[in-house]
Amino acid sequence: MAAKLILSMDGMVIKEYPLNKERMTIGRKAHNDIAIDNLAVSGEHAAIVTILHDSFLEDLDSTNGLEVNGVPTKKHFLQNNDLIEIGKYKLKYINDQSGQTNATDFEKTMVLRAPVKQAAPAAGKGDATASFMRTQVNANTAQAAGTAEKTGKFDARPPVAPAAPASKPAASPAAAPTPQAAVVQILTGPNAGKELELVKNLTTLGKPGVQVAVLTRRPHGYFITHVEGASHPMVNGATLGDQPHQLNDHDVIELAGVKMEFYFKG
Amino acid sequence: MKVEDAIEIVSQTNPGMVRSHNEDSVAQDAACGLVVLADGMGGYNAGEVASGIAVSVVVTEICQRLQGTNPTERDETTGGELGVSLLRDNIRKANASIFQAAQSQPQYAGMGTTIVSGLFYDNRVVVGHVGDSRMYRLRGETLETVTRDHSLLQEQIDSGMISVEDARLSKNKNLVTRAVGIDAEVEPEIHVHDVQVGDIYLLCSDGLNDMVEDEDIQSTLYAMQSNLTLAAEQLIQMANDNGGRDNVSVILVKVNGKFAVPRGWLAGLLNWFKK
Repeated sequence: MAAKLILSMDGMVIKEYPLNKERMTIGRKAHNDIAIDNLAVSGEHAAIVTILHDSFLEDLDSTNGLEVNGVPTKKHFLQNNDLIEIGKYKLKYINDQSGQTNATDFEKTMVLRAPVKQAAPAAGKGDATASFMRTQVNANTAQAAGTAEKTGKFDARPPVAPAAPASKPAASPAAAPTPQAAVVQILTGPNAGKELELVKNLTTLGKPGVQVAVLTRRPHGYFITHVEGASHPMVNGATLGDQPHQLNDHDVIELAGVKMEFYFKG
Repeated sequence: MKVEDAIEIVSQTNPGMVRSHNEDSVAQDAACGLVVLADGMGGYNAGEVASGIAVSVVVTEICQRLQGTNPTERDETTGGELGVSLLRDNIRKANASIFQAAQSQPQYAGMGTTIVSGLFYDNRVVVGHVGDSRMYRLRGETLETVTRDHSLLQEQIDSGMISVEDARLSKNKNLVTRAVGIDAEVEPEIHVHDVQVGDIYLLCSDGLNDMVEDEDIQSTLYAMQSNLTLAAEQLIQMANDNGGRDNVSVILVKVNGKFAVPRGWLAGLLNWFKK
């Protein structure tokens, strides 16, 4: 399913436009792919360049400009549900690639076949893919791959690449759930009373060369692992092995002679 | 110091949380200072076949050739250093083997693989890569990418079409512009870098860098530099904690000492005695 733009004014949907060309223009004149007959709209107002699953919006030096999500913009990498405003008109960008096919089919690596020993890649605005011939090397079955090979090379533009796989939902590693905030408070030694908030995925404790342990934040909790040093850290009086050990609220850690308490915040 | 005494190598590979089988392959040979990682693609088990051929061709051929020969010697055909041409020639050789296998066996049609490899000698590393498997280097506290992906996204970044920050949001992450075994010929990208004592080199498949932020890779390598096995486990665990949508493989190489190739009349004399 190609991405699309939904044109509306005053809350009334006027038309939907699938983004099925590499470059589509928006403007007042009739030859535009998305023609909006209104004097506030420039003859050629903006363009949308689509490369496989990504679309980019560009203002073509229009008189009245455009806004994306309320911000005046010249150039913008469109994300699902972005709202483009041109005068009174609104264009909503829909690119909901997730949930169409099963997730494992998506992110298989594919090869864009470039001529062997290619020189510098085509860096022209908007046609970065045009010089590449694409071959599908990672179809679900060898059979399909064979067919793609036999039918030869085809251009990478979206309309003529029906076999293009749906891509992965935008992989945002930050999307992993983070557990409840936690703190380590030092109980003994010169730094007694100091609190260390565990805001990073990995926090180092101890002295390099003497004894080091790390506290790792994982989706299901916090773990302590011995990294280096002759003696291993202790938790509630028991010496840890080489494996990560999950920490519970109010556990007492002892490391290089210093005692500290782990607890959840709030 | 011999290279095998100067560097420490740890490798791990994991199918991830979603995929049922692992199409990545890793191989190492400490004696000749070589590490290779490949991320295969192709239907059924063709991906593993392609990546398996790639790492075994490169490791076997190079290590065989380096027995009794020094990688700093001049290569007569190219005029360059032997180590450099060995890496380039054998990635090409792997390409030819995979391409032929794919041509002759219908179930392997269209298979291919990325590759990233490092050959350590004479206080340097020769890095060869094709596709989007990467090499990173931790020097001091700074993590840097040594390789640049052969991918559509990288080209878009280079052409200024998309910013590095926006690239994380791209839906076109999985498109490589060069791969081993897809065409009759391939042009590996080869560079030579100086190595310093204390450097840690990370070779990884995109299953790691697509799932884990560079910042977290940096903090893991830095905090766990004294325990490479633990660092490798932690990297894979972070990728899997974040969803593990792809196979994830890592090779870590830590430089513990200098490994200059002996030169001068004394070394020549010693070599002469060895013969």
